[in-house]
Amino acid sequence: MLEITLLHYLTLSALIFTIAVFGIFLNRKNVIIILMSIELMLLSVEVNFVAFSAYLNDIAGQVFTMFILTVAAAESAIGLAILVIFFRSKGTIIVEDVSTLKG
Amino acid sequence: MIEITPSIIEALAFYVFAVVLVVAAIGVITARNQVYSVLFLILAFFNSSGLFILLGAEFVAMIMVIVYVGAVAVLFLFVVMMIDIDFKTLREGAMRYAPLGLVMAIILMTELFLLFKASFGSEPFENHDPLVEQMTNTQALGSVIYTEYIFAFQISGFILLLAMIGAITLTQRTRSGVRKQNIEKQVATSQDDAMSIRKVEVGKGIE
Repeated sequence: MLEITLLHYLTLSALIFTIAVFGIFLNRKNVIIILMSIELMLLSVEVNFVAFSAYLNDIAGQVFTMFILTVAAAESAIGLAILVIFFRSKGTIIVEDVSTLKG
Repeated sequence: MIEITPSIIEALAFYVFAVVLVVAAIGVITARNQVYSVLFLILAFFNSSGLFILLGAEFVAMIMVIVYVGAVAVLFLFVVMMIDIDFKTLREGAMRYAPLGLVMAIILMTELFLLFKASFGSEPFENHDPLVEQMTNTQALGSVIYTEYIFAFQISGFILLLAMIGAITLTQRTRSGVRKQNIEKQVATSQDDAMSIRKVEVGKGIE
């Protein structure tokens, strides 16, 4: 219990991932919270990567954490830009109305 | 009386960071106010960077704080404050899918835990330092990023460029009713557009 093992970190990351999945269920109308839940999922994956990097004594896990960070930043920037133009044209951010944007 | 050893302090630090991280994650998805959600997200990022320091990944921990707290969370905060909307209406009907989501979350959590438990047991970390010997974490990262992972590194740079161009072109709009200088039109003007020569007869004006 008092010795921190790999399993502790893996359980923590699984817990955060699960909370993020539940968050999408709970806030299925609100795009901003869904985007934040996706950020939390990526965070849990990063915790996994860094924990294995320490466990396997391999720096590659930390390198890939930085790549995930890049993708997360790009994704949130584009997602929020789409959100802003959607709000500008429709005056709402309810997810179900987004399908009216197509065609 | 337990003797205080470095490993106990480390375990304590892990539990503090982990508990605050989980509480902050729950706060993100349940907060009534969007701004509180973003602030909880910032708390979660800070605590995860604390965990990374415990794991010996200092550089990634600092980058986490700079990129996530300094850029991504502030971006979220800007958008939340820019969008003028009643968030209470977005909450309506949220509880309808909550039981289904809870069941799914519990199943997912159990599956993940059993998988990890079965695969990795509980071996402790042999060495908390994933660094190559006699190198700091930053040095070790730099020695592989610019050699082994150079193509992935370049491509991640392109992804950022793409995101920047995409975000700018998506949000750019031409406003109507604004008198702005149109330089192309000014330069392309010829003598014929600008003036005309009329012969005015004596005693008559120009209509």
